Amino acid sequence: MENLLTIMIFIPLIASIILAVFLRGEDRVSQNNAKWLALVATVATFLASIFLYAQFDPANTGFQFVEDRPWFAGLRYKLGVDGISVLFVLLTTFLMPIVIASCWEVDYRVKDYMIALLLLETLMLGVFCALDIILFYLFFEAGLIPMFLIIGIWGGANRVYASFKFFLYTFLGSVLMLLAIISMYIEAGTTDIVVLLNHKFDVTTLEIFGLRVVGGMQTLMWLAFFASFAVKMPMWPVHTWLPDAHVQAPTAGSVVLAAILLKMGGYGFLRFSLPMFPFSTDLMAPLVLWLSVIAIIYTSLVALVQTDMKKLIAYSSVAHMGFVTMGIFCVNQQGLDGAIFQMLSHGFISGALFLCVGVIYDRIHTREISAYGGLVNKMPAYALVFMLFTMANVGLPGTSGFVGEFLTIVGVFKVNTWVAFLATSGVILSAAYALWLYRRVVMGDLIKESLRTITDMNSREIVIFVPLVFMTLLLGVYPSLVLDVIGPSVQALLVNYETGLIGASDSLTSVITH
Amino acid sequence: MNNNSYFGWTEAHTIYDISQILFPEIILAVFAMVALIAGVYGGKDKASALILWITVGMFCLAAFYIGINGGDTNTAFGGAYIDDSFSRFLKILILLSSSVVLIISKDFMIKHKLFKFEYPILVTLSVVGMMLMVSAGDLMSLYMALELQSLSLYVLAAFDRDNVKSTEAGLKYFVLGALSSGLLLYGASLVYGYSGSTLFSDISLSADGGQISLGLIFGLIFITVGLAFKVSAVPFHMWTPDVYEGAPSPITAFFATAPKVAAIGLFARVVHDAFGGAVSDWSQILVVLSALSMLFGSFAAIGQRNIKRLMAYSSIAHMGFALMGLATGTVDGVQSMLVYMTIYIIMNIGVFSFILSMEKDGKPVTSIESLKMYSRTRPGNSLALLVLMFSLAGVPPLLGFFGKFYVLKAALNADLTWLAVSGVLASVIGAFYYIRIVFYMYFGEEVEGLDKTIPMVGQIVLIGSALAMLFGVINLFGIEAISEIAARSLVN
Repeated sequence: MENLLTIMIFIPLIASIILAVFLRGEDRVSQNNAKWLALVATVATFLASIFLYAQFDPANTGFQFVEDRPWFAGLRYKLGVDGISVLFVLLTTFLMPIVIASCWEVDYRVKDYMIALLLLETLMLGVFCALDIILFYLFFEAGLIPMFLIIGIWGGANRVYASFKFFLYTFLGSVLMLLAIISMYIEAGTTDIVVLLNHKFDVTTLEIFGLRVVGGMQTLMWLAFFASFAVKMPMWPVHTWLPDAHVQAPTAGSVVLAAILLKMGGYGFLRFSLPMFPFSTDLMAPLVLWLSVIAIIYTSLVALVQTDMKKLIAYSSVAHMGFVTMGIFCVNQQGLDGAIFQMLSHGFISGALFLCVGVIYDRIHTREISAYGGLVNKMPAYALVFMLFTMANVGLPGTSGFVGEFLTIVGVFKVNTWVAFLATSGVILSAAYALWLYRRVVMGDLIKESLRTITDMNSREIVIFVPLVFMTLLLGVYPSLVLDVIGPSVQALLVNYETGLIGASDSLTSVITH
Repeated sequence: MNNNSYFGWTEAHTIYDISQILFPEIILAVFAMVALIAGVYGGKDKASALILWITVGMFCLAAFYIGINGGDTNTAFGGAYIDDSFSRFLKILILLSSSVVLIISKDFMIKHKLFKFEYPILVTLSVVGMMLMVSAGDLMSLYMALELQSLSLYVLAAFDRDNVKSTEAGLKYFVLGALSSGLLLYGASLVYGYSGSTLFSDISLSADGGQISLGLIFGLIFITVGLAFKVSAVPFHMWTPDVYEGAPSPITAFFATAPKVAAIGLFARVVHDAFGGAVSDWSQILVVLSALSMLFGSFAAIGQRNIKRLMAYSSIAHMGFALMGLATGTVDGVQSMLVYMTIYIIMNIGVFSFILSMEKDGKPVTSIESLKMYSRTRPGNSLALLVLMFSLAGVPPLLGFFGKFYVLKAALNADLTWLAVSGVLASVIGAFYYIRIVFYMYFGEEVEGLDKTIPMVGQIVLIGSALAMLFGVINLFGIEAISEIAARSLVN
């Protein structure tokens, strides 16, 4: 099975083509057919990825399941996974059936909705598997189209503004990356990521309009990639599209956005910025660390004053992504392990939190926190699930949220104690906003008239949450499950980074002595 | 035949050789005249459909003939006519795009009582002009070809002669076109005066080696300005939106495709063949034209509510990108320009075949608001248009992205970094108005929308061009290799 990755990536695409071509009609039956087909396709993709994972050898730090075919213009259709990307692939395939199941009650343009979600899955998997930098860009950018439509067509009242903002913000970030990618192609003569990982990009200081750019081309490329990934992540201060997009997106859109799309930024830092531009990473790391810490504290404070549940969770996502960037730019084993772990666990937790909001939104059709209160009296099962994920969001030991935050803080403590100190205060703030939200929505007496008839979760909703609860707890008590897989690859990345850094400094000193 | 020692061209001397090289042009010109007589004597507009179909057939046969013939470079009339891979590539593009435009315009022309027999004949004449343009190897043949094309186009712009806007468009186009021709002629006379020849290969000898006289530079600038009018590059673009809006839609579709290819082909021919030794001199002019076109085209389109005006500004921005390829002055640059133009033509034909079908209660409409929730009535067409819009915006994996990719690669390779940066910024701004059309189709509020009817041909072209945008990602339909051969034959 040497084209397992291709098969896995394109199962959802094929399903979406089948839907587009063969499914007709808008009645209940055809809607159900669309949902079932989408569910079957995503489950099939998940099974394919399990098959992939079973054959994956974590001790091998190179790329596995590599497929390599010539494309055109010297580009290659090259796919492969290593210890870092395989888990993102699994995260995506694991969450997509849940996402499909979560929109079972949607009845507006169901066929199109399923097509958009399936397309999005193909593109997201492509991002994590691509080993050709243009192919990566292709998948990375193309994801904007279905997401733009998901927010725009199935979103809330202010969806037009949110979808345009989402599209243009991310598009602006990535075109600069495109220029950097083309420059890399020109400098290295190839678009093969495996070769680029070992290419030493020029670090000779440049002067642009009288401005000295230390690290030269490498720093410029780093900045261009940073523009793209920082927007995608999103990092403070370019995070403002995220709360809008989240609030307006339908539940499934929010889940995909928070759980998977945001991880592309972190994955990009790990795959490109660190190993390819070590000198500039080293140069810019303090800046990123401080930006991250600002993100953690500032967005946590902003989250405190939100009156809209989705917006609150969106800001908390930005804060948690702050931990991820912080971990990545410590560039040590703990930091990177923690960052990857945090991304995966945030995938489960934030996805689940958005689903929790979706559950009550489907019943009451408002996301205002003040419209709720005392739900525990009528919805005990919901209160339990929401409680678990609130705690996981805070980072309670025993849940997966704790491991990631702890490891990133350990990692950053080795690099900069002030950043670590301030980031830890973010943990306290996250407890403040998350628990306060929980108290206002779930605890207390049920006094609101509109909530009298509210019903607890039905069996479909419970089935959706079971795998998420399971994963959150499993990773919380047994983090080695993840860390053993990513460990060797992270170690190899760090070795590559260190040699790159030394090589770059050597070439610089040799230039100076000349 | 003997060989030109400088360029390695084969020069044709006998009538037989010449007629073989110019066969497509001669046949088309003769056909146009015969068809004109046949139209006049054959009961006027009854023959229109027949003439149109024969024209389409002739175009396709000519394209086929050009496609299977040649490989090496031939010249005729002492170098005034050049038949090389570059001109063949562009001629095929011109012929095929013109025939598709003719086919999709038939229904519209009949419906709006514009289907006169002169229409296909004027198109044929302008196409002959365009074919001669991209083959021009001499300032004289350049000007003659350009005028043959332009005069036909002026008439076409005013084709709906009872309509104020159409006649206004024709007049405006004529006045500004005449001005640009004047500038071009002035430049040509300067070039002739300072180089002593009108032949490109001779001019290039006196413009070689970095030593180029001031008079020649002035001549170059005036010629560039004249050509910039034709490709509607900013700041010489003023006529474009008005002419696009005023002319009948099928003719706008024609303006947006073949003449653009011919004009930029001629541009490339002049700068590379005549001024190939002075790349640094004209490259800086093209950089400015390109950057201004991309940025202005993108900004100005934001305010447009009329889809034809919007496409006019969009074409200005796209020509800016094509000029970016040309501004590099390298083989890569010319190749990227050719790839870009090919993709641009395919996209534009698709979009215009849709614009032709935009009707409300039987009357043509052009406001983009009328597209509101079009996806509810015609999901297939909306999807095709969505693909084309994202492709125009340059979002991967659609073909429009690869056009931009090639151009940006050539620009970065030639160290035109700032031009590349302004290009991508312009494409972000441009994305706004393209996705606004998607927004109207998919998530605007419901209004009384467009008529559901769309002619079968238009439908096929629209969907075909959208599919081309999607499936081009597999191998670009092989145009990469052909365009490289074409570019190499131009730049030596």
